[in-house]
Amino acid sequence: MNIRVGHLYPDYLNIYADRGNIAVLARRAEWRGHRLEVEAVGMSEPLRPGAHDLLYVGGGQDREQLLVAGDMAEKAERLREAVAGGAAVLAVCGGYQLLGRGYRGFHGEDMPGAGILPLETVAGERRMIGDVLLACELEPGEKRTLAGFENHAGRTRLDAGAEPLGRVVAGFGNDGESGYEGCRAGRVVGTYLHGPLLPRNAWLADWLLTQALAHRTCSAEVPRFEPLPDELEAEAHAVSAQRARDRGGRF
Amino acid sequence: MRAPIPLQAEILAARAVGGLSRLAGAGGGTTLPGKLLWKLDPSAVDRLAARLPRGSALVSATNGKTTTAALAAAILGPRTRLAHNASGANLVSGVASTLLADRDAELGLFEVDEGALPEVARRVRPKALCLGNLFRDQLDRYGELELVAERWREAVRRLPPETAVVVNGDDPQVGDLASGRPGALVFGVDDPRHAHPSLQHAADSKYCLRCGTPYEYAAAYVGHLGDYRCPRCGHARPPLDLAARAIELDGLEGASFDLSAPAGTTRVRIAVPGLYNVYNALAAASLTIALGASLDEVRLGLERAGAAFGRFERIAIGDRRLLVLLIKNPAGANEAIRTLVADGGPRLAVVALNDATADGKDVSWIWDVDFEPLLAGLERVVAAGDRAAELALRFAYAGFDRGAIEVLPALEEALDRGLELTPPGGEFVVLPTYTAMLGLRKIVAGRGFTRPYWERAA
Repeated sequence: MNIRVGHLYPDYLNIYADRGNIAVLARRAEWRGHRLEVEAVGMSEPLRPGAHDLLYVGGGQDREQLLVAGDMAEKAERLREAVAGGAAVLAVCGGYQLLGRGYRGFHGEDMPGAGILPLETVAGERRMIGDVLLACELEPGEKRTLAGFENHAGRTRLDAGAEPLGRVVAGFGNDGESGYEGCRAGRVVGTYLHGPLLPRNAWLADWLLTQALAHRTCSAEVPRFEPLPDELEAEAHAVSAQRARDRGGRF
Repeated sequence: MRAPIPLQAEILAARAVGGLSRLAGAGGGTTLPGKLLWKLDPSAVDRLAARLPRGSALVSATNGKTTTAALAAAILGPRTRLAHNASGANLVSGVASTLLADRDAELGLFEVDEGALPEVARRVRPKALCLGNLFRDQLDRYGELELVAERWREAVRRLPPETAVVVNGDDPQVGDLASGRPGALVFGVDDPRHAHPSLQHAADSKYCLRCGTPYEYAAAYVGHLGDYRCPRCGHARPPLDLAARAIELDGLEGASFDLSAPAGTTRVRIAVPGLYNVYNALAAASLTIALGASLDEVRLGLERAGAAFGRFERIAIGDRRLLVLLIKNPAGANEAIRTLVADGGPRLAVVALNDATADGKDVSWIWDVDFEPLLAGLERVVAAGDRAAELALRFAYAGFDRGAIEVLPALEEALDRGLELTPPGGEFVVLPTYTAMLGLRKIVAGRGFTRPYWERAA
């Protein structure tokens, strides 16, 4: 089956090797007999709700992020429609911030957000840089870990009752003090973790693909994938997780 | 307040430490004396630099600063006694160490870390400053590209008007630093035959500095370096004072080009390969011309010079050879790969990825490198270094057969495996990150095949 991915602003938001995430989604879909069809949705190009099963938004430097923020606000309504229709979303770093209500820069400049995730971001003085390890439970009873790298000045605060992506085992997380990282709302996942995220956390790639397939087939039931022999993925995860335990960031 | 220690006493103490460091086997001792001096009295660096009768020249860039400085040293060396930090110790402490070691130098020639440039420029007050390029590199250490660019702008603003500023006009951020500085020298490549058909994935400064519109490129040479123009506001590559034209790339053997300079044009041959080294040669030529070198001196110096330490090196191990090309960021790695592939491409490669501070702790950059053209010709790849598994994933998700990827984190094992897979008389390619390169050199030196770098650099 064709899984349709909308990659938002790939020319602008690609700072932390976001194409690695796309490559992992494509291969892992292919290994299950599916095909990933990736469409770039760029500046002032319309987003058609329902046309994509999975939306991807990567990270950018401040300059690029500012360039897309206005356009993103214009796409917000369509984005909300897509999400309400059950499309899965992965947003990393700058993309994560842009999905919130807004970003207040260090010099007070405001950047509007798409308002998809219940959160706000305010720039802090010191960047939070380092290896991170999270404990997650996206599905009840399925405890997993995510290992990655974070590099952000923004302090992201979730609204009361919002669900974080995971608990910080090592590293800074959303704001360096709450003990949580990322945000999850249904099939939407936002996170600061790059590295890129998916190669060393293959389980999350599979989770996103199955959510996207459920959207593709308009099925209430999310399909299950047979596991792959992920020895390299497991080893890369283990090394990255150990790095976070040894040298993950803290103030 | 502590009474200032006399400069001479500080120098003696710091020199002694360098010698002790080497004797103790702690390594090159290349930065320790400078670190100590800097701790004792930061302004001692200023005073040491001020004693150089012909002043100092600084070279900075994300990629190519070591090679550019080495090429400039080859041009200036015959007529000038240099204090040159050839071992690559390029922070303030490294500059201080070099100043301590080369007492009789006439001219300081220093490659300087991009982040350290503002402080070094303030202390050393250079006669000339050569700025090569800004690529995304070690975001965990330097922060965003824009941040480094802003610090450079500030450093250039603070230079006295008599300092000669030499910039690569093909890089929008860097070329712009010449604006408002009369007498600045702008260099660039002018040979569209060597342009990429489109901007590479890892291209960085793609948007107009003035208005944010994507630049249009008449020619994109290396990453975002090229002949750009903003279709909306017209911001474009500045006119070139020095240019490389009629470039011939001779595989891994070197390159030749017409160097067109204000004083005339001359055909230049360099022994370092690839278009990126044409940029380095242009940078070195421009800097030394700004310092008064003649076109003949430039030509002869460039012809004489070899590659800088560890950047591009053939090392014989018994009856086999290692071809080592340093990789440290997407733009540089892409050029190393482009050069290898243009030469036919190897069958076997050992790629070594470490994640120490000097390599960048964030290894995501390997996913921005275009490894695919290299992988297309490989029969086998050995992933090595502390993050070997991550590299192996990079290759596997590029579609390379998992059965042909060997994961050997220990550098010595990876090296031996490379030797084992190479027939007698053959050569294999090693692409290490910085600390992996140092580690490999140590192993090779330990087996008696090459001298340690602090001896070579002397």
